[in-house]
Amino acid sequence: MNRHVLSMHDLSADDVVRVLDTAESFREVGSRVIKKVPALRGRTVVNLFLEDSTRTRISFELAAKRLSADVINFSAGGSSVAKGESLKDTALTLQAMGADAIVIRHSSSGSPLQLTRWVDGHVVNAGDGTHEHPTQALLDLYTMREKIGRLEGIRVAIVGDVLHSRVARSLSFGLVKMGAEVTLIGPPTLIPPDAPSWGVQVSYDIDGAIPKLDVCYMLRVQRERQRLEYFPSVREYNRLFGLTAARAAVLPEGALIMHPGPMNRGVEIDSDVTDLPGAVIEEQVTNGIAVRMSLLYLLLGGGVSATGPDATDEREVTRA
Amino acid sequence: MSSRGGTLLDGDDIRRALTRIAHEIIERDKGATGLVLVGIANRGDHLARRLASEIERIEGSRVPVGVLDITFYRDDIGMRAEAPEVHETRIGVDITGRTVVLVDDVLFTGRTIRAAMDALTDFGRPSRIRLAVLVDRGHRELPIRADFVGKNVPTRRDDDVRVRVRELDGDDAVLIEDQALTARSGGAIEGAAT
Repeated sequence: MNRHVLSMHDLSADDVVRVLDTAESFREVGSRVIKKVPALRGRTVVNLFLEDSTRTRISFELAAKRLSADVINFSAGGSSVAKGESLKDTALTLQAMGADAIVIRHSSSGSPLQLTRWVDGHVVNAGDGTHEHPTQALLDLYTMREKIGRLEGIRVAIVGDVLHSRVARSLSFGLVKMGAEVTLIGPPTLIPPDAPSWGVQVSYDIDGAIPKLDVCYMLRVQRERQRLEYFPSVREYNRLFGLTAARAAVLPEGALIMHPGPMNRGVEIDSDVTDLPGAVIEEQVTNGIAVRMSLLYLLLGGGVSATGPDATDEREVTRA
Repeated sequence: MSSRGGTLLDGDDIRRALTRIAHEIIERDKGATGLVLVGIANRGDHLARRLASEIERIEGSRVPVGVLDITFYRDDIGMRAEAPEVHETRIGVDITGRTVVLVDDVLFTGRTIRAAMDALTDFGRPSRIRLAVLVDRGHRELPIRADFVGKNVPTRRDDDVRVRVRELDGDDAVLIEDQALTARSGGAIEGAAT
């Protein structure tokens, strides 16, 4: 497996299967009274969250703690970053403290890649700007595979603000890699122009797609990233692209309703839809811990600790 | 195959050994009440299921069987290039207050058993833990011994002792291979069960 996980392109289809299979075992760990195993004892995981996040940060923190790693949480507010420290200086500080893995969330696309040039530990992208969010894609793939039984050939619509969505990108790349059929649906202003090159279909008509879906994946309308008026009004957006109860009723039997959270109820998804049996939004959150445990375990469970006595040797090997 | 390579136990030998161990287990505890068999993945669990059906045949009572993967409890994290492959863990019963018999195919360094005991204590507090193995090949690195042994086999440290079970491998056998010879013939096998 690749040393860093910055993008779904860093994982082969075999890697994805390995992460999902291993996550199965961590789900079992999560069902025990004592939900902790000593697999990563002595390893240090830094959560470097320089953009607001609740579920992803907590999920990574819980994942690392349940693996018995030492966890350091570092966020922009209340840290040296608030005093104006650059990402590079922050990275070098973490490097000097011996971080075996750095989980980074940042508002700038590409900052995790930049980080890999300054640190020796593994870098995991927990969402960078509008680029990628690979662990969200992995937990979504896990949830789909668990509920439907396969990924190959399943029909998935990813609906909404694709343009600003790192989730949509990572999930599309992941689904296409695993042989699923992906359709991106949204207003033309919110579909990225290069989308057809991802190996997906593009449509502006949610009602035409819904009766044939295995998964209807709703994206959050990211008002905080939208600098222009991409659609006339929230009401119109909801009427044209929102998953309303009427639309959900047209979904085939057994189809899944998914959302990466946090939800804008009444915008992209109606409140009563989230209570339908096909809605697995909370299960996505639960599976996220197991999938992140799996990824951290597979990255850190082999090789020599970046802080261990032989760390220098290993660094030379990986650089060679 | 060299004089050091060959079959240590065939299918009939294994069947007889398991039948004897099943008798010994119930003799030790004067019955099968409060007994749980926990096999260590991914050969020991198959042996545990066979022991359970032997015990059921002899005593007429069903013994719960669990499967335990010890990967997350290994002591060699960071000493291997790749994270070890993970198998299923499923312990369907509360083990607190029960007698747990750990079942594994080969007892070697004892490190697997140490890990298994650590894992078990995360599931509950058994009144006692016993150990049943099909083959004890010696070379212990920890103060651990088996309560029930199918066969004691003197080996060299670098020999490769392999247990085949029909559920996974198509047939039942215990094989020994001279690791040095295997390496020379170009078919180096990673160390067997520890």
